[in-house]
Amino acid sequence: MSESSDKSQSKVRGFTWTVGDHALLSSSDVWGEALVEAGRADPRIVTVTADLAETTRLQEFKRAFPERAINVGIAEQNLVAVAAGLAAMGLVPVVCTYATFAVLRAAEFVRTDLGYGRRNVKLIGTLAGVAYGQGGPTHHAAEDLALLRAVPELVILAPSDGFEMAAALRAAIAHEGPVYLRWGRGTETPDASKRDAPFVIGPMQERVGGSDVTVLAYGPTVQEAERAARRAQRAGVSTRVLAAPTLAPLDRDSIVCAAKETRRLITVEDHSIVGGLASAVAETVARAGLAVRLASLGHRERYLPMGVPEDLMAIGGFDEDAIYEEILRVCRVAAPTADDDWEDR
Amino acid sequence: MERSLTTDEHRRLLGVSLRVRERVVRTVFRAGSGHVGAALSQCDVLVSLYERHLRVDPARMDEPTRDRFVLSKGHGGLGLAAVLAERGILADHELDTFGESGSPIGMHMDHRKVRGVETATGSLGHGLGIAVGMALGARIQRWPTRVFCLLSDGECYEGSTWEAALSASASGLTGLCAIVDRNRLTMDGFTEKEVPLEPLADKWRSFGWRVEVCDGHDHAAIDACFSRAKDQGPAVILAETVKGKGVSFMEQRPEWHYGSIDSAKLDEALRSIAEQHRAALAAIASGGAR
Ligand SMILES: Cc1ncc(C[n+]2csc(CCOP(=O)(O)OP(=O)(O)O)c2C)c(N)n1
Repeated sequence: MSESSDKSQSKVRGFTWTVGDHALLSSSDVWGEALVEAGRADPRIVTVTADLAETTRLQEFKRAFPERAINVGIAEQNLVAVAAGLAAMGLVPVVCTYATFAVLRAAEFVRTDLGYGRRNVKLIGTLAGVAYGQGGPTHHAAEDLALLRAVPELVILAPSDGFEMAAALRAAIAHEGPVYLRWGRGTETPDASKRDAPFVIGPMQERVGGSDVTVLAYGPTVQEAERAARRAQRAGVSTRVLAAPTLAPLDRDSIVCAAKETRRLITVEDHSIVGGLASAVAETVARAGLAVRLASLGHRERYLPMGVPEDLMAIGGFDEDAIYEEILRVCRVAAPTADDDWEDR
Repeated sequence: MERSLTTDEHRRLLGVSLRVRERVVRTVFRAGSGHVGAALSQCDVLVSLYERHLRVDPARMDEPTRDRFVLSKGHGGLGLAAVLAERGILADHELDTFGESGSPIGMHMDHRKVRGVETATGSLGHGLGIAVGMALGARIQRWPTRVFCLLSDGECYEGSTWEAALSASASGLTGLCAIVDRNRLTMDGFTEKEVPLEPLADKWRSFGWRVEVCDGHDHAAIDACFSRAKDQGPAVILAETVKGKGVSFMEQRPEWHYGSIDSAKLDEALRSIAEQHRAALAAIASGGAR
């Protein structure tokens, strides 16, 4: 063996979660049900997959509407092209496969046929980030947002649990045009308080109030950030948490507002810090001329090893502990002030 | 059918297949889960390849002119790991870490982490193109290297597979031999029910490949196909296989594509493997096909 194994000694749990599990548990149940409901409410909805109906939880839909469930075989470029064609005929395709294949494999089809083609397709990339950690680097998807953020007019949503995903699906269907929904493992317990909460495309949501530092997160890192913020609160650091379930169009106002009010920003994501939320926030504050301390947690220009998602989030440095440490670290240094802003002078 | 195998050699290969299958189910038991159906399906083809046709020296897996094997169906990593362990390319203690967080050895094998693996796969439809590049490279380097590539039938849905198939015949890659693990199952079900692939042999033939169809669990037949494909490529062997082969309760069942086994299931699986092995031995003793 040419490379030594990469383990964080204390946290490694081993091979406990299997591919099938994400389709059996909590948030996924909610998602599967939401899809059937959507199909019942709107006869234009069709599902399209590339041999992954079972693991992306399309089976209930298929049982309910067999003639509206399409499998193109393991052919992701064709998957996206077929969806564009269906949309051209007045249908609303919900396309499901793993994020790494939906986006990285089919990237140019997504840009040209869905984006430029302005097709009314809802592309769902499941098991994004390290949600399929045991699949190893070929199955990690840490570059999907970097690619898709550059596609004009494409709406990008990244809900953090099953209820939010269900609401995001409804919002995506109500939106006329291409939408990418970034979805993780679906094993987390859905936040019951959000069962009937409407999903509005665009705005970030303040999950925890605070004034010393703002943590911005989306998807699976939201819950990690909330827990880290509560710990920091107890350690005397007033920490704000902003969830960003919409990544495009980006809610620049909330970023600017947080930058002005807390002057310390930490982005956390299960995605590369190149092209992800880290980049989006850096671009936004720099263009606004604001002086802030900015830290970025996420995939850092290296491939993570194979492992369960919890381990990889720890190894990659974007789990609760890493966020907590980072909050304390950035707060040890004095924050810039409004006097340091370029535009204020 | 011509018989290139002596009875003794046939028996030996059956013995290797037996041990590989045992390793597969034990590893799945130890790791908690794995692509067990896929591993058992490809087992006999890989055993034949590594025992008789692939020209590699386990002690020198970095020798540049060695033959190359590309596991295009990357989720067959468990099955490949078991074969590499049996061939002495992978140590037993390394196989024992299969699937542990941070271990180099997991469901998809990776040349950056595991000696003897030629390329990292797991995303379907990459392998044949890489194999074509290797075969072209060997020709430019004037190396005697043969290149073998194992595809799943599911990969015959990927456009990239056919792009690679076209370029292979256009380049007249005589040293390239592909094998399709034709078990007629993918993840969501049976190929002919979901999106039919037949007539598959005709498809490959029309792309300019030499095609043979054989029983992918009959060592004599597999061996003869490999021998005939030598220098006759691009050649493809459509190995008709049974997903989960060797463990009766897994055979041709989509739910055993990927699964977990507890200790009772492990015992049952080992019994089934031993039973089928005894039957295969008896068949060659009586001059039957296996
Ligand atoms: C590009 C790509 N799409 C989807 C998958 C997910 N996936 C893994 S195995 C598999 C199908 C398994 O069937 P088959 O390819 O025929 O292999 P078998 O196990 O039957 O030999 C799928 C869809 C993948 N790994 N790569």
